[in-house]
Amino acid sequence: MNVTGANLAVRLEAVVGAAQVDGERDSCEKYAVDGVVPGAIAKPSCAAEIVELVRFAKTEGLGVVPCGHRTKLGIGMPPARYDLAIDASGLNQIAYYDPGDLTLSVDAGMSLAQLDAVLRGQNQFLPLAVPFFEDCTVGGTIAAGADSALRFSYGSARDFLLGAEFVNGEGTFTKSGGRVVKNVTGYDLHKLLIGSLGTLAVITRLNFRTFPCAPGYGCMVAAFLSVDAVIRFQSMISKSPLAPSTFHILASEAAQSLATPNEEGDAATPEWFEPGAWHAFVGFEGTAEILARYSRDLTDYAEQSRAGKYVLVDETSAKFLRAGLPEMVRNFCESTPAATIFKISTLPVIPADILRLRAFAENRSIPCTFAANAAGPLYFVVQPATADEDTFIAITGIAGEVCQFAAAHGGQSSILYCPMELKRRLNVWGSAAKDSLLMRRVKTAFDPQNIFAPGRFVANI
Amino acid sequence: MDRKVIQGLEGILGRTPVLHRPEDLLLYEYDGSVEKGRPGAVVFPTSTEQVALVVKLACQHNVPVIGRGAGTGLSGGALARTGGIMIVFSRMNRILELDIENQRAVVQPGVVNYELTRAVEHAGLYFAPDPSSQKSCTIGGNVSENAGGPHTLAYGVTSNHVTALEIVLPDGEIHRVGGKHGDTLGYDLTGLLVGSEGTLALVTEITVKLLRKPEDVNTLLAIFDRVDDASETVADLTARAITPTACEMMDGWTLRAVEDFIHAGFPRDSAAVLLIELEGLTEAVAAQTAAVDEICRAHHAREVRIARDQRERELLWKGRKNAFGALGRLAPCNYVIDGVIPRSKIPQALRRIKEIGEQYNFEIGNIFHAGDGNLHPIVLYDPRNAEQYQRAIAACTEIIRYCVEIGGALTGEHGVGMEKSELMPLLFSDADFDLMRRVHDAFNPDSALNPGKIFPLNKGCGEISPRGQAAVRVAPL
Repeated sequence: MNVTGANLAVRLEAVVGAAQVDGERDSCEKYAVDGVVPGAIAKPSCAAEIVELVRFAKTEGLGVVPCGHRTKLGIGMPPARYDLAIDASGLNQIAYYDPGDLTLSVDAGMSLAQLDAVLRGQNQFLPLAVPFFEDCTVGGTIAAGADSALRFSYGSARDFLLGAEFVNGEGTFTKSGGRVVKNVTGYDLHKLLIGSLGTLAVITRLNFRTFPCAPGYGCMVAAFLSVDAVIRFQSMISKSPLAPSTFHILASEAAQSLATPNEEGDAATPEWFEPGAWHAFVGFEGTAEILARYSRDLTDYAEQSRAGKYVLVDETSAKFLRAGLPEMVRNFCESTPAATIFKISTLPVIPADILRLRAFAENRSIPCTFAANAAGPLYFVVQPATADEDTFIAITGIAGEVCQFAAAHGGQSSILYCPMELKRRLNVWGSAAKDSLLMRRVKTAFDPQNIFAPGRFVANI
Repeated sequence: MDRKVIQGLEGILGRTPVLHRPEDLLLYEYDGSVEKGRPGAVVFPTSTEQVALVVKLACQHNVPVIGRGAGTGLSGGALARTGGIMIVFSRMNRILELDIENQRAVVQPGVVNYELTRAVEHAGLYFAPDPSSQKSCTIGGNVSENAGGPHTLAYGVTSNHVTALEIVLPDGEIHRVGGKHGDTLGYDLTGLLVGSEGTLALVTEITVKLLRKPEDVNTLLAIFDRVDDASETVADLTARAITPTACEMMDGWTLRAVEDFIHAGFPRDSAAVLLIELEGLTEAVAAQTAAVDEICRAHHAREVRIARDQRERELLWKGRKNAFGALGRLAPCNYVIDGVIPRSKIPQALRRIKEIGEQYNFEIGNIFHAGDGNLHPIVLYDPRNAEQYQRAIAACTEIIRYCVEIGGALTGEHGVGMEKSELMPLLFSDADFDLMRRVHDAFNPDSALNPGKIFPLNKGCGEISPRGQAAVRVAPL
């Protein structure tokens, strides 16, 4: 135990009791954010304890990072101050669930997978198909703004988050929104928490609208020899009456990582995989008649857009892909030591853009790949084989070009994941956001003394 | 209004777009609510730059500024509670960009909601939020109030369809938040601003999503002899996870008034009807129609009619969307409540509303968005009868209190405005107000924009009270 940690831990014990404080160095290292290790960890069991902890942190001028199961602490910049980790995973109960109203109130620290199991028991679900699904908490998913694979049909979290309870930087327990599916009472402060990376408040509870499970699932995987063809296929479907539940486009390298291993865990390559091709994964759901209609129409569209190959997978594989596609981000992170994922939001994405982005990497002899959720961002992943000085110089150059590319297209880009060494050379959020002045004012309203994850967010917030 | 301010406004806009004589201002002291508040001047800018100049002028003279669209709001949101300059956006009514390929439109705030749908329907697209006033209300007003409508059950309210905004702050500075894509870096300021009722900023440009029209539509009219049966049907539809695109309920008292006016074909002898719309692929609509029909009949619907064509569909919706107008034939004023409750509690809520009506000696009609639990009980009254007016307000307050007691909220789509600001403590603590106030002050530190809204007068921004006229009415708590 280091001295600072020991002192801090002792003082924290007076606030929430010894059983909920850990100042051991080994433990604290597990809570490190980009190499910055906190002095102590507090594991509160209720919102009232979080209030006390935040008030203590405010008085002491501590830097605080709220967290859950710590699957997404690598997002953002290293915190400028980080003394205390508030681990909210002890708040892990379902506070209220009315299946008849399809509404839910759940503690932020509950595991997303556990919540999913409860909802499935009522034949319902929450459309948060996100990376690290089995390991992450509900609160962490919202705070990180994790991109759901189901947003093409169910929207993003802002479309079904009904309200929240949280502790702001003053150490005050506060709420926003409610538990009903339609509500315009007061400011929607809970929307600000989505993707805020713990810089505004410690989330203690979240209210959601839940959704009924579909009676059946299907998926077509279509392989195309060119990016032009796969984007034409996407455009054709977006103009059709079909409303698929998921729509992903993966470059060949990304599709290959999804294809190996297959759902049985053996080495056999799935039937849908076509080496060197762009793959479109179109998920759909409904009754047998609806699944048949999708199968029929998608076959027509695949043929019209000259797919080199298309496969309507069985329901087991459809469910496997539905669960596996969100985990692509995790696969990318772990693919090479210096793998870097750019998240690019522009409209529209055209084939020439993809080729241009690819050139940014290939001009530097760095392998790359792409994955896109048709309703969400484009993920451009560079996968250098090495993690040395030359590699970081090259990725820094790519980052500059990607940032310029996105700005020139009226969009934005950021780096979702990268090695922490790279964060010493560049800001993962790119240039300052155009509305950063207003964001800073909002930050000050929530956290006037800047104790929550200082420096981790956009515009050095 | 100070002569210097009027001269300043005329210097920015010219004389015609500036109204300041009492007889010209009269119209602008009303909206669709029961509230009143007269501005000192009304102006009609045509550009963001003019809006910014007007706001800067107001700032120099310490005069509040109130944004207004078509004035169809139902909570007093677009009224000048403490006087000031009212900026009416009706001349900022251009569609600036239609991006059919990416299903986006960029509009000025004065564009009428339905006009946007008309402008894109040739491409098979439409703008989803559809408040009853959609043929007159503006998209800027929809953004301010986060407006809903019958079809928000499936497609969401205005905030679900707005991706970016251009705003003017009280210092006259112009900012842009959000982006065309919808995914932007940093805090979701667009999500915060939509529904903030003009208390944070004036919205001068809006980027919205456009949806593709469905392949098939079925509109059903389920007719019941008991209100309880209709409300149990709604609860059962929700519990069985059937999500129509719209599920509206109208009780017998209301539908008779509507039928006398619109002749939509509603059965005058029924106790309640449900207007249910199903959209999507032909196969999905067919399956859902069968399921809805079965559930309605299981709850003793005496008849389930399916509109045979577009004309019949439009007639049924005309009846629904003009219902409030029809009720205007029965009394000088009506008070439309906008409480929202868990959908599983609709049957008990309707019974309680009936009891409250009996207690206060009113026949309270119900016409509402049943599918999402958004109640619209309606109390008819004569404002010239002071006792009746106070009784109406008391009955409405009790209904809203009850909505909150059973897990609901004060307003589902009309906004808090002036009407419900004093009821906010039913839902929010002092700590909640404190944070909302600090967020308010981050944008609008001196309450120069739309003062006297959302916050209770004793918990909001201290500078509201001294400025301008006194509040018109404070609902009893």
